[in-house]
Amino acid sequence: MKFVQNIFEKLHPLVEKDGKRNVFYPLYDSIHTLMFVPGHSTHNGAHVRDAIDMKRTMMMVIFALVPAMLFGMWNAGYWHYYALGEASTLMDNFLFGLIKILPMIVVTYVAGLGVEIVFAWLRNHPVNEGFLVSGLLIPLIMPIDIPLWMVAVSTIFAVIIGKEVFGGTGMNILNPALTARAFAFFAYPQWMSGDKIWINTAGDAGQTVVDGYSGATALGHLATTVGKGIGAPETQNVVSMFTADGAYSMYNSFMGFIPGSIGETSSLAILLGAAFLIYTGVGSWRIMLSMILGGLFMGYIFNAFAVNEFMRINPVHHLFLGGFMFGAIFMATDPVSASQTQTGKWIYGFLAGVFGIMIRVFNPAYPEGIMLAILFMNVLAPLIDHYVVESNIKRRLKRVKA
Amino acid sequence: MVISNFARALKKRLFLKNEMAQTKKIKRGYDLKLVGKAASSIESVQNPKTFALSPTDFANLTPKVVVKEGAEIKAGDAVFVDKDRPEIRFCSPVSGAVAEIRRGEKRKILDVIILADKETRFIDFGRSNPASLQREVVIDKMLEGGVWPLMVERPFGVVPNPKHQPKNIFVTGINSAPLAADVNLTVAGEEANLQTGLDALAKLTDGKVYLSLDGDNKPAAALTGAKNVEVVYFSGPHPKGNVGVQMHELAPLNKGEQAFTATLSDVIIIGRFFNTGKLDMTRVVAAAGSEMSSPKHYKIVAGANLEGVIAEQVKSAKARVISGNVLTGKRIEKNGYLGFFSTEITALPEGDQPEFLGWILPGLEKFSLSRTFFSWLAPNRQYKLDTAMHGEERAFVMTGVLERVFPFDIYPVELIKSILIQDIEKMEQLGIYEVIEEDFALCEVIDPSKMPLQEIVREGLDFLRQEVG
Repeated sequence: MKFVQNIFEKLHPLVEKDGKRNVFYPLYDSIHTLMFVPGHSTHNGAHVRDAIDMKRTMMMVIFALVPAMLFGMWNAGYWHYYALGEASTLMDNFLFGLIKILPMIVVTYVAGLGVEIVFAWLRNHPVNEGFLVSGLLIPLIMPIDIPLWMVAVSTIFAVIIGKEVFGGTGMNILNPALTARAFAFFAYPQWMSGDKIWINTAGDAGQTVVDGYSGATALGHLATTVGKGIGAPETQNVVSMFTADGAYSMYNSFMGFIPGSIGETSSLAILLGAAFLIYTGVGSWRIMLSMILGGLFMGYIFNAFAVNEFMRINPVHHLFLGGFMFGAIFMATDPVSASQTQTGKWIYGFLAGVFGIMIRVFNPAYPEGIMLAILFMNVLAPLIDHYVVESNIKRRLKRVKA
Repeated sequence: MVISNFARALKKRLFLKNEMAQTKKIKRGYDLKLVGKAASSIESVQNPKTFALSPTDFANLTPKVVVKEGAEIKAGDAVFVDKDRPEIRFCSPVSGAVAEIRRGEKRKILDVIILADKETRFIDFGRSNPASLQREVVIDKMLEGGVWPLMVERPFGVVPNPKHQPKNIFVTGINSAPLAADVNLTVAGEEANLQTGLDALAKLTDGKVYLSLDGDNKPAAALTGAKNVEVVYFSGPHPKGNVGVQMHELAPLNKGEQAFTATLSDVIIIGRFFNTGKLDMTRVVAAAGSEMSSPKHYKIVAGANLEGVIAEQVKSAKARVISGNVLTGKRIEKNGYLGFFSTEITALPEGDQPEFLGWILPGLEKFSLSRTFFSWLAPNRQYKLDTAMHGEERAFVMTGVLERVFPFDIYPVELIKSILIQDIEKMEQLGIYEVIEEDFALCEVIDPSKMPLQEIVREGLDFLRQEVG
């Protein structure tokens, strides 16, 4: 690898501070440090250091996302061919998804890192690694049919408004990936909800959907039962979808054989990622567990006071629908926007779970309540931390009096 | 019946120390296992030609040099004093001629170099038994003989103010830092000096003198049987030996209070001073680390030039030599000097080679407390670590990481942030008076954001001392 290092060394004078092309320094620096962990040695303080750094930490999250991403690719193809009534093999399904999703990933990274590099150059700091994760999260929480330019606009909005205005990675209040989704959701609602967008049926002429096919998500179906009372005859076809042999059975929704945002459908794939995150210590198990407990808690409360079929859904089943699992494992655990104290993490996660299920069930206009719940808890997280830290301060003051 | 009686007696013998003294368990911490532990043999070093006394070994000290270049001095003559408290004298550990006063940027005094005589001539301060002296007399003697700066005052970790009445005094008898000198070797042959030193400290406070010992090892009888002190055992990983951790467990410091601290090696020198009337700064020092050819202990006078030892021990031209341990020590040159407080010389390989795709490789050989490298498969591996940073400095992103090795009831990240924005009220509320930079050393090692935490804490303490202290 010496020759690659030589290329970088040759380029260095060109891009350094007084060089002719110093505009490109952040780009050069980010690629260089990505290729080679810099040969800095410790100069003050502790003389030896843990081998972990931000890049490695972020890569762990990307590894954890791989199962959900691969499954999402397969699932996109599966539903595409299913809707068209065509037979397809596992490879067909996967390749279809790959061709649709890879451009989204590329567009997200180019748009997001572009903004990051511009800000790095303006503010004279190195490009931060945070976007490596956001750049993969954003496509995974988008519907398959969203136009690429919307992905790009949402990403740029999220990086600028969600992150850079606060001072960049580590300073943001909101989860950047969810900010992107929230922006798309409110700016282009027709592309982010409804029953046309979750399965790719648009595009090539001559594609026709098989008769009687509906592309709504599980939550979309459930939302139609709100306000109709328990046992109302017009809700029974929806209820039957959630029984053991229905389309959205517990098994299907756990495995992910349902339509939805690209990466969010398979709880199994997400839990594989969760196991990896918890094992490496990169993701907070406190937040994951407490959010699941919060969701279950709210689900059981709804069960107890059910007035419609949506409220009667099994709380465990709730967890496997929509973006709950993806939110609990990959979104709520973003260390910067989550609660930062260990006690705070329990409260933060639990409330995110409670609000997620609450918004989902009480407000059918926003069936995907998890996104809003986590964003809301992102805003509340500093307050939670404030009170947790305050109790530590009080404890210390009490000691003086004693 | 006989057997059960015997078993009870045995049990009593084995757990005697636990029945008599309290044992505190430190849970959050980490023992960094490094290659190159010093063997338990002590070698004396022929006194080197030059010595250095450095004001930079004392936190936040403004020195006033009281000798001229070329002056003849004896061991125990003041070389510089504290400018603000001139009664605090920093004395030469050897006799000889002042060779050079080395200065750095802004004429800051780096150190005073002394060309040593062949045979050290000591000033005779007179023998005395501190147990039978008045408190003021003990203080005056310690100030005059130059052993006062061997103690450290909390908060701020500075040379103690003789006017302060410490709430308690804490002596740490645990060297838990990586590759640290063996405590029992340090004490061997110095039992009387140790006890005299403890007696002297006991005169300084109306509170207690705590002597903390390693609950996971077997400390020497002179330690477990020390009089005039309260013995406390600490078990668990490093930083159990950090005096700040021990204070936090035993009697945490509040705003407006002071406590004095010292290590065993320092107490022995204080006791030796009272027993002999001479300032003899000889310490037991561990020469350790993977770059030492035969790691072992030495008896060396503080401030000694280490060129001889390093030339004998460190073969590689590209090695990092540290006066102190790998967590808190000071980097020195191959002809550098032993620091005032150092009981360890460490040599490590320099790590300045870029590493191709280092952030993605499995890293079977890498040390990490996180399980993002495969090296967690071998938890008891002894590492041959180099000095590589393994990454660049970033803002705080990860949370709950530093807490793993920070056994205080303090939020480390919040405290660091309050220091960075110089919010005095928040710093005080969050517990800055209970810590000094060494307490953040392990945090600094494992921080994925690679922040200079020790430097930040030291700057915060200096800032606070200037504003309110």
